[in-house]
Amino acid sequence: MGLFILRRIGIMILTALCLTFIVFWLTNLFPNLEKLAKTQGNFRMSDEAVLTYLGNNGYLQPLPVKYGQWLGVLPGYVIEGSDGQIRARCASGNEDIADAPTFCGILQGNWGYSTVFREDAGSIIATRLGLTGKLMFWVMLLMVPGALIIGVLAGMNEGSRTDRSLSTVSILSTATPEYVSGVVFISVFATATFGMQWFKGTATAAMDDANFENFFLPVLTIALYGMGYIARMTRASMTEVMTAQYIRTARLKGVAFSQIVLRHALRNALIAPFTVIMLQFPFLLNGVVIVETLFNYKGFGWTLVQAASNNDIELLLGVSIVSVFVVLTTQLISDIGYVFLNPRIRIA
Amino acid sequence: MEPLTWTGNLGSVLNPALAISAALCAIVLVVQTVLRLSSAPVTLQANPDGTLQARGGVLGTLEVTMAYLFWAVVAVLFAYIIVPLVMPYGSAGILGEITRRLTPVWIALVVTFVVSIRFKRRLGLYGKLFDSTVGMIGFALVMFWVYVAAFVGLFDMIVTHDYLRQVSGLKNALPGVVAPDGTEGAIPHYLLGGDNLARDIFSRVMVGSVFVIAIAPLATIFAFMVGITLGLPAGYYGGRFDTALSFAANLILAFPVILLFYLLVTPEIVQTGIPSYMAAFLFAFPLIFISVLINTRYYTQPAKRTAILAPVLVVLGWLYLSAINESGTVIDFLPAWMDLFDITVLVVFVSVVFVNAPTVFRIVRGLTLDLRTRDYVAAAQTRGEGAWYIMLWEILPNARGPLIVDFCLRIGYTTILLGTLGFFGLGLSSESPDWGTTINEGRKLLLIFIHPALPPAMALLSLVLGLNLLADGLREESLKD
Repeated sequence: MGLFILRRIGIMILTALCLTFIVFWLTNLFPNLEKLAKTQGNFRMSDEAVLTYLGNNGYLQPLPVKYGQWLGVLPGYVIEGSDGQIRARCASGNEDIADAPTFCGILQGNWGYSTVFREDAGSIIATRLGLTGKLMFWVMLLMVPGALIIGVLAGMNEGSRTDRSLSTVSILSTATPEYVSGVVFISVFATATFGMQWFKGTATAAMDDANFENFFLPVLTIALYGMGYIARMTRASMTEVMTAQYIRTARLKGVAFSQIVLRHALRNALIAPFTVIMLQFPFLLNGVVIVETLFNYKGFGWTLVQAASNNDIELLLGVSIVSVFVVLTTQLISDIGYVFLNPRIRIA
Repeated sequence: MEPLTWTGNLGSVLNPALAISAALCAIVLVVQTVLRLSSAPVTLQANPDGTLQARGGVLGTLEVTMAYLFWAVVAVLFAYIIVPLVMPYGSAGILGEITRRLTPVWIALVVTFVVSIRFKRRLGLYGKLFDSTVGMIGFALVMFWVYVAAFVGLFDMIVTHDYLRQVSGLKNALPGVVAPDGTEGAIPHYLLGGDNLARDIFSRVMVGSVFVIAIAPLATIFAFMVGITLGLPAGYYGGRFDTALSFAANLILAFPVILLFYLLVTPEIVQTGIPSYMAAFLFAFPLIFISVLINTRYYTQPAKRTAILAPVLVVLGWLYLSAINESGTVIDFLPAWMDLFDITVLVVFVSVVFVNAPTVFRIVRGLTLDLRTRDYVAAAQTRGEGAWYIMLWEILPNARGPLIVDFCLRIGYTTILLGTLGFFGLGLSSESPDWGTTINEGRKLLLIFIHPALPPAMALLSLVLGLNLLADGLREESLKD
């Protein structure tokens, strides 16, 4: 088991390195750098001015060198610019070049500088992640129990009317992407058109002070899309368990149906949904980006959109590290959890 | 000319009818649920002549009533569609005019269903679909949009106004508004109102279906070709090849989709030509797949093989070259007379294929791992068949069930992805009538005007729902045998 986890972590690190390198490469393509230079300087910069700016700020070094510097395994650049000023990657603000550390990459805990927000990328990500964490907490609180209840109710009596209607509901919810359900919810519950103006149409206020009125719609929008999928998986696993021999034995012994479901079937039926819930995180991340844009909730997803649309290289890299980390960790947890929950599987 | 109301004269009869029957339906349903809690479970009892005995008592009566009420509701809903066809213009309200515009679609749907149900025993899996209610509803929804796209895209029917034309005074106009003199198109009303730029929303939604129906299935087919061509050998051979490909697939899957889109679908990246190279790479897979398919089939008859393979390769090769060759990008070497078509949304197409292919790869690989241990594979190996023959003609046909189901689901997912791209304004012009872009335009003023954003949202929802229901029906029917 220990070896298995070690190997998985090794693959995880390799994946993270590959992914960040791809992001690094794509964001450092010349047209992107040119756009960056023009947004930082002015839009009517000449081609020479662009090159000077990029050269002075270390963007024209070879790609592997830049990646190594960002990672913190190569010493940060110290460049004497064409204007005579010496700029160093590791010297922030007015700090003296001589005092600056040699290495300053992600390994040293330096996330870099966001060119859009003009702030340290690490601190931006920390605050935004906190806000999204709050959102995700409530999403999970609504989605997981809801999905499990729907799935178990549908799966305990396969083919019954309850099963039919709940299955249709879960298909409907998987067929509704966040940008559709969000728009529908806002139209119905946040405008006066249908006489049901119960909630707020934006969640900007919820960043400081979240309450039911301004936070329920975004939470519901994200939760609904994931809910159907988990419910269908739970239903499938529940129907499978309900046809097992030991359930039939229990029935023939005359155990009450509620007892069979709660005591015999439920625990075995919940193994599969656990992995599904864990693997659902990457999709939730997408939902977060859409919903935060739609409801103007300035969290992690909103930051991703801002960073990506302005080619804010270091912030974007930070964002991708965090999201890749979330995706890979949940995959690892789902694998390990599966082994722990299911005694039939043993990994040497 | 007066503005249209939602249901016009028709509503004065049908609205109360619908309300009464729906309310009765709800009441009976509640009573039924309450009664069922204390009643004996249903058991089937056969009469001596072999017929089944109906359940008696209050509950039995209620069940019969419920069935009649349900059909009453359905009948009223159908009346909303059929009656306006024989009413004069404008008297049936907005809904009536919409169903009148959609007349060719209704006719095509009815013909499809009548023919399919008549011959369903001879139509294989497709025919079996008509045994499942869920499958039929899903198929109807999907075919509705397919026919809308066909009639709009090929014959220019259904749409009422030019989808790009801006008419002053109709900015954010409410549904049913009268278009000023000289600007009326096929009809003098904006059926679903005007959007933020005073364009007709109904026409935009209908034209938007062409984009989705043309791109989503095609992109899914390409993703399947890539996934199958790589997944079969990965599962069949295993080893290093499999490890490397699986690692690459997991790598792409670990990317949040939106981040990937933002990295791939920007004007700056298009300038570097990466999407063109990706297109050249990804579009090669259908070519490889089809030629290997033909080659392995007729390998023992070289003359026949060459006779079939050569023309196929020429045609496909030409299509391939025209597809990847775009004037003004890095791949631009064909003379203009040879370049058959330009794909304006190449970037969008490529990135959607790229996102979908790894998942298909994983499914195909998993299925192959399972199927390669079967007896018929061992038999083929003993006969001395080649590896690709076994993969394509022994394993693949036996994996078709799950693949067909996933194909339907994946078209739905691709539709969602296309909508996401439009929603973030990536790769598509802001004038584009596709549903994602229209939703994005509409959401900006959503708290004031809801009518521009809702129709495209509902259209997208109904198409994806149809595809999901269709997949569910197919799964159920294919599991039966």
